[in-house]
Amino acid sequence: MDEPDGISSAAILVSGLTKTFDEIEAVRGVDFEVHTGEVFGFLGPNGAGKSTTINMLCTLLKPSAGSATVAGHDVVRERDAVRRNIGLVFQDPTLDGYLTAEQNLKMHAELYGVESALVAPRMRQVLEMVGLWERRSATVMTFSGGMRRRLEIARGLMHSPRVLFLDEPTIGLDPQTRRSIWRYIGELKEREEITIFMTTHYMDEAEFCDRIAIMDQGQIVAMDTPEALKAGVGADRIRVETADDATAMAVLARRFEIDASVADGVVTFYVTSGEAFVPRLFAELGVPIKSVNVSRPTLDDVFMTFTGSTIRDAEESGPANQSRAMMRAMAAGRR
Amino acid sequence: MTTTTAAAPAEVVRVRVPERSVRSELRAIWIVWKRELIRFRADRMRMITSLVQPLLFLFVLGAGLDQLSSASTHGIDLKTFIYPGVLCIAVMFTAMFSAASIVWDREFGFLREMLVAPVRRSSIVIGKVLGGATVASFQGVILIVLAGAVDVPYDPALILGIFALQLLLAFSITAFGVMVAARIKQMQSFMGLMQLVVMPMFFISGALFPVTNLPGWLAVLTRLDPLTYAVDPMRRLVFSHLDGVSAAARETLAPGVTWWGWHVPALLEVAMVFLLGMALLGIAIWEFSTSE
Repeated sequence: MDEPDGISSAAILVSGLTKTFDEIEAVRGVDFEVHTGEVFGFLGPNGAGKSTTINMLCTLLKPSAGSATVAGHDVVRERDAVRRNIGLVFQDPTLDGYLTAEQNLKMHAELYGVESALVAPRMRQVLEMVGLWERRSATVMTFSGGMRRRLEIARGLMHSPRVLFLDEPTIGLDPQTRRSIWRYIGELKEREEITIFMTTHYMDEAEFCDRIAIMDQGQIVAMDTPEALKAGVGADRIRVETADDATAMAVLARRFEIDASVADGVVTFYVTSGEAFVPRLFAELGVPIKSVNVSRPTLDDVFMTFTGSTIRDAEESGPANQSRAMMRAMAAGRR
Repeated sequence: MTTTTAAAPAEVVRVRVPERSVRSELRAIWIVWKRELIRFRADRMRMITSLVQPLLFLFVLGAGLDQLSSASTHGIDLKTFIYPGVLCIAVMFTAMFSAASIVWDREFGFLREMLVAPVRRSSIVIGKVLGGATVASFQGVILIVLAGAVDVPYDPALILGIFALQLLLAFSITAFGVMVAARIKQMQSFMGLMQLVVMPMFFISGALFPVTNLPGWLAVLTRLDPLTYAVDPMRRLVFSHLDGVSAAARETLAPGVTWWGWHVPALLEVAMVFLLGMALLGIAIWEFSTSE
């Protein structure tokens, strides 16, 4: 990569990236490209390898194999150049609670060598964006979880990074705060020339991304726009409550050649055009129907299609994830 | 570049992160140092609590044992005798606590914010050590103010000398603490290690007793304890400024450290503390540069 800053059209270029932790392959050779100005989402259950990938892209971990460039710089050979061009918002808090919001940002600006004359106006701008300008003189210790996360985002933007990494930016936040964080990200995209790379395991949040990659067990299993991925599933989901599930399943299989599943008294199956299918269902099922629900495919369905399990099941089955979740809970309790 | 002073909300203030340079490293050192001071100022409780122990040693233990020892101290108040030692202890404990903050920083994640910045790890470590040393020497200054209460004169040369010595000690101890903290992930372990290392160092150093005529094994230990070489020049400095100290008293109370009968010069002792501090700083930098 001998292109100077800003000419390469890919904000992030990854090929064959692999990370092995003693025997365990956390990331198994992933390839992808993030275009400049995009909001790119990395989606997958906890333990899928998202954070490991992000850590390699942020120069915090050395890849075992493969290569990656961020903002045109190699993450191994040009670590400093990468660091100058990226902003980071980690999953776990990294603010100094004893300092005020302003002092935290000031410290960041100094560490990144931001031109002194620009520190104050830039600080005002990022704090206003996340709605914390009024609270700038309060110590971070007095902030709620949502405010802290917003401050972390503001800090990550302090040095005008070309690529902003957000590792689970909304984890553990209430729905309202989550929405406001998404609003900031939207604004950010409008105003700054920035590429956003984020991970999430909330399916509904992936919809905000321009493109998403679905990661499972260290590999990328699908990558496209949310719409295209949903279209790829190609079917609507129908959920029916009936008086006799067993007969209903049998009829579905025989008459419509549909392979349905039943859970908690709800029969679920997929058909290409759901609304049109409902009248036929009533006419031909022959079993009293209590309720019908037709839904367009969601990213949950996409995830299901590509990995064969729901994101929740995938999380619950991984023992590594359980211990991680436990550690996080313990860390939270200590605070 | 715009020349407007206030940030107009409509236009984006775009900043640029410069290439790494000496200036950017100095800024990093400066801000890490400054953060230590801001945090110390915010933590008034710590200022007070860390004073309790040295004051107990100086006034309670000093006054109490003075009853027993007045015969052998040749008329010198025991408080005066242990003053240099207590000063060293106060500085040492504060310095260790300052270094311990790096373990907190790791536990609370802030260390990560510093380590991912586009500056050398050494700048972060140097800033941290200088900050810790500065905070610890504040503690020393409070004790210097108390000098009059234990019959140590407020001689400008003496005060400057004490200040310089305790600054040096604070630096070396903080470097030691940061080196230890580099590998430690939890505060409890750090505190445990403090008990294991710092307490013996303090007891053995001769802060509370003269290092002559000790049983053989203890004499060896005192000479191996680095703190001995900070306490000794401090005490010799204080004694050289006291009025009316008899030769016998000086011989008993501030005899200086000897190696196989050879009197170690104060300057060499100071140089040892300094070099040890530098070496520990070097190890600390190396540890942080190779981790993560």
